[in-house]
Amino acid sequence: MPGASAARGQALIGEVGCASCHAIPGVKWPKGRVGPSLKGFADAGLIAGRFPNEPAALALWVRNAQALAPGSGMPPMPLTEPEARDVAAYLYTLDAR
Amino acid sequence: MSPPISTRLTLGEALAGWPPPALNPAGFFAGSISTLSWVLFAMAGVVLLVVFAALGLALFGPRRLQRRLGGERLIWIGGVAFPVVVLTALLVYGLSLTSRLTQEPTGDELRVRVTGEMWWWRVAYLDAAGREVVRDANEVHIPAGRPVVFEVTSADVIHSFWVPRLAGKIDMIPGRVNLIRMQADAPGAFGGQCAEYCGAAHALMGLVVVAHEPADFDSWLASRRAPPPPPVDLLALQGAQVFGASGCGACHAVAGTAANGLAGPDLTRVGARRSLGAGILPNNRGTLAGWVANSQEIKPGNRMPNYSVLSGPELVSLSAYLESLK
Repeated sequence: MPGASAARGQALIGEVGCASCHAIPGVKWPKGRVGPSLKGFADAGLIAGRFPNEPAALALWVRNAQALAPGSGMPPMPLTEPEARDVAAYLYTLDAR
Repeated sequence: MSPPISTRLTLGEALAGWPPPALNPAGFFAGSISTLSWVLFAMAGVVLLVVFAALGLALFGPRRLQRRLGGERLIWIGGVAFPVVVLTALLVYGLSLTSRLTQEPTGDELRVRVTGEMWWWRVAYLDAAGREVVRDANEVHIPAGRPVVFEVTSADVIHSFWVPRLAGKIDMIPGRVNLIRMQADAPGAFGGQCAEYCGAAHALMGLVVVAHEPADFDSWLASRRAPPPPPVDLLALQGAQVFGASGCGACHAVAGTAANGLAGPDLTRVGARRSLGAGILPNNRGTLAGWVANSQEIKPGNRMPNYSVLSGPELVSLSAYLESLK
């Protein structure tokens, strides 16, 4: 993702607490199980089983999942658009190994 | 389309002052303890040096000194008289330095009652007569530059109330009220932690003390005396219905509503807290939803069951409602 920083994304994931719902490689605690584990997310085919896993959709999803999928259990997260792109960039570093 | 509405503190701000620096006092009472610690440390260092010097002389020194070190006179002076004098002096010094920490309230200090629970802190601000005027949890607000009396106790097992930059540790004992004074010289946020092992989630029992300018504090406390206005946002209103229908009010109170449970933390202003789960998570709609649905994964053994019966939309609206309680 041009202009986005995976390292910043990882720090943001800690600051907003994504791991309260998701197990995320690189986050030691917590390892929430409300939503899916994000291990290997870079290779996932779909976001939330519904949307193509491509950067623009992911950046919108992590910031405001409700805009894409009203009815999802994922609340809007307090991220700006550039921050959401950083978070997405980190998620794209999570390969299956 | 619902825009992201959370305002966010950085994690550093949310969990301010963590880990608390124990040797960096931010007020008079913590300063006394810090001074005492350094004096004791220095004295112990001096005595250690003297003992090692004597040991060195006894082993390798000239014969004449070795004989004197082996005499009975030195035992009486160095082994009996010296410790009695020095330890008595240190005891008197220490008690005089710290006696003000636990004095009875004078009547014009702010009084805050903090009750340790497994594994969170019940907080109540008291008036001069000792009546609870404002209830809260896991976060304490104080005026800077004024001494504040904390009346601490426990509802279950022994906990220990420790805000290292503001005061020493004090045990929270069931059936007993202990007093400790704190003062923050300047506004700021100060991390605290339960310092007595109290069960499974002991390590996840933190709190934050926030010191404000006195005038700001007075208006803050006054604003807290009335319940917050009910939500106006549609999603939050739906969340309020979910809150009622799911029975959250059996354990949690929200002033001004039917929810009046006392088992868990008061949620009247939960959205205004900096952290969630007793000082362990940032507080926003995402972490609120994660906590409600699956707090056992985040803080294993805590007394709140997982609410996995809630649907996605219910969880989203409930978290919007909780966040609106400011």
